[in-house]
Amino acid sequence: MSARENILERIRKAQASATATPSATLLSHLAQHPRGPLPPQPENLLQCFKERALKLSSDIVETADIQEVPALLAAYLIERILPVQGVCWPVLENLPWPQAGLEIQSRPAKNQDMVGITGAFCAIAETGTLMMLSGPETPATTSLLPETHVAILDPARIVATMEDAWELLRKEHKHPPRAVNFISGPSRTADIEQTVTLGAHGPYRVLLILAPPLNT
Amino acid sequence: MHNTSLQFKKQVTIKLADVRLQDALSRLQSRFVGGRAAVISEIHDLQETRTAAAAIRDRVLNNLEHWLLHFEQQATARGAIVHWAETGDDVNRIVTEIAAQHNVKTAAKSKSMVSEECGLNDALEQAGISVMETDLGEYILQLAHEAPSHIVAPVVHKNKEEIADLFAEKHNKPRKTDIAELCREAREVLRPAFLNADMGISGANFLIAETGSALIVTNEGNGRLVTTLPRVHVAITGIEKVVPTLEDVTTLLRLLPRSATGQSITNYVSVLTGTKKPEDHDGPEHFHIILLDNGRSKLVGSEMQEMLRCIRCGACMNHCPVYQNIGGHAYGWVYPGPMGSILTPMLSGIEKSPDLPNASTFCGACAVVCPVKIPLPDLLRRLREKQMQLGMKSRQETFMLRVWTWLALHPKFYALGNKIGVRILQLMGGKDKLIHRLPGAGGWTNGRDFPAPAGKTFRELYQQRKQS
Repeated sequence: MSARENILERIRKAQASATATPSATLLSHLAQHPRGPLPPQPENLLQCFKERALKLSSDIVETADIQEVPALLAAYLIERILPVQGVCWPVLENLPWPQAGLEIQSRPAKNQDMVGITGAFCAIAETGTLMMLSGPETPATTSLLPETHVAILDPARIVATMEDAWELLRKEHKHPPRAVNFISGPSRTADIEQTVTLGAHGPYRVLLILAPPLNT
Repeated sequence: MHNTSLQFKKQVTIKLADVRLQDALSRLQSRFVGGRAAVISEIHDLQETRTAAAAIRDRVLNNLEHWLLHFEQQATARGAIVHWAETGDDVNRIVTEIAAQHNVKTAAKSKSMVSEECGLNDALEQAGISVMETDLGEYILQLAHEAPSHIVAPVVHKNKEEIADLFAEKHNKPRKTDIAELCREAREVLRPAFLNADMGISGANFLIAETGSALIVTNEGNGRLVTTLPRVHVAITGIEKVVPTLEDVTTLLRLLPRSATGQSITNYVSVLTGTKKPEDHDGPEHFHIILLDNGRSKLVGSEMQEMLRCIRCGACMNHCPVYQNIGGHAYGWVYPGPMGSILTPMLSGIEKSPDLPNASTFCGACAVVCPVKIPLPDLLRRLREKQMQLGMKSRQETFMLRVWTWLALHPKFYALGNKIGVRILQLMGGKDKLIHRLPGAGGWTNGRDFPAPAGKTFRELYQQRKQS
């Protein structure tokens, strides 16, 4: 017998008792995917998201005009004496990057790229978290390899909880993509003397730019 | 990993005298215990959430076959290949075969305690595959040829001076002692390992049956790198880690990082489903998931089943007065603290770790902080009972318990013995009411004084009050 059959056989024998639930009940649990206890709904999703994101060491700027994003990013980078070259997701390639003095290429990130500019599928107010879906137009490396990750987020896409985010995913996509990445601030480690240090293997800083969506 | 828990008592003596370790352990206590206390209250109704989390885990464990098969079906439908392994050696064989099949020369690995169970790194090195640990803590341990001493903070037993020495020696660079500089140096050394690896190896904190996904929580981003860049990804986890739905796993995620490191959420939560599509720019072309039993199925349906609820947060060890004093290495295997004192005997044999079920004061702190409400002290007590039934206790202990049993069944003699015993102890205590040496209890009096009884026995007081 294979390992699979041996393991399943042992489990089956051990559970021949009354604890097993009829499979119809189990399937209905899948179909209904009930939520567990939830936090209270925040009064202001945007405010809650911003507070939580700042707590996780993300930086935030806001604008009412998405065409302003390149200038805001340029100011952020120059203030911190950071490189002005980077890469962005294809959907963002037509923003006026050169006019703001930035050299941004539309392609997935490579090791040497210093700035990665992405959108986000949605964001979660409860924890100040971005939800990213991988895909040909939304490569996962852009938010991972560069030292600075810039995420442009539509404030209307902020939901209260991760449960709400899953609901949005189910509504807009049949299956989860290869990778769903929840990002909550810059990468960090506390492995040495339990002292938190920002910038472990991923970005050293995460800039969230809250801006209305592009008219496509 | 080689099990040395037979030498528990010897190791405890060494660890208690290790000044550097004691210093490191006090740091863990303040950061992790304090950190958890600060954020656990963010959960609106903590007790209700813990109860829900325990129910989610029980729903899986009571119907484990169903959920494993559902997971396997969904994962396979999305393009992953699911393997089943009876033992750690089987895992090593499967990973080696996958490596050979895809012509893998180098592997980058994110932290996986299950792979520590298997001793995977040694097996891969023997097969000619170079493995690089990429979690900072695990990387340090790989350089130092040491085992993790904590399931969340594996290198908690080392201070930054030791790490600075190690990096200076192994990296051939000027010695740095600033923690941020040490982290940057490790980042720069490890980045090429991610980029060049043919295979990424990770654990999985949870498997989601609904979607056939593996979920990984990390802070450093290494978990994302090893599951995004290499062309092959192998995720190794225990058969008990399956959870029915995305909502179920979300409830558990509210508790896991808060209980583990005092974070509301880890920096990264990655839900990985299937392989890279032809049009994708990144992601592994091959995704293998290995489900390890290694003794877990023996717990299913038994009086120890509740242990399989464990989500590996480490809160029980952080809050355990025994772990806080001896650290993780003394326990002798992968899992230390209260959860390890149950898992080690259950997974690798009760006869190989006779001291572990007894390495507890039964203070109950572990049960109070456990996010999935595992009754850890009760399970430890059941193991002690089992040891008694198996005749594993020393002759002295068995004799003492027999005497006690007899006395407990004969109240008059118990009262008399009590009365005499108390008087003798009072005499031994002398003026300062402290006993410095007690025959047969040297284990206690070697390190501290035994307080002498202060006044009358309970029975005497009871009689006195009844009369007045």
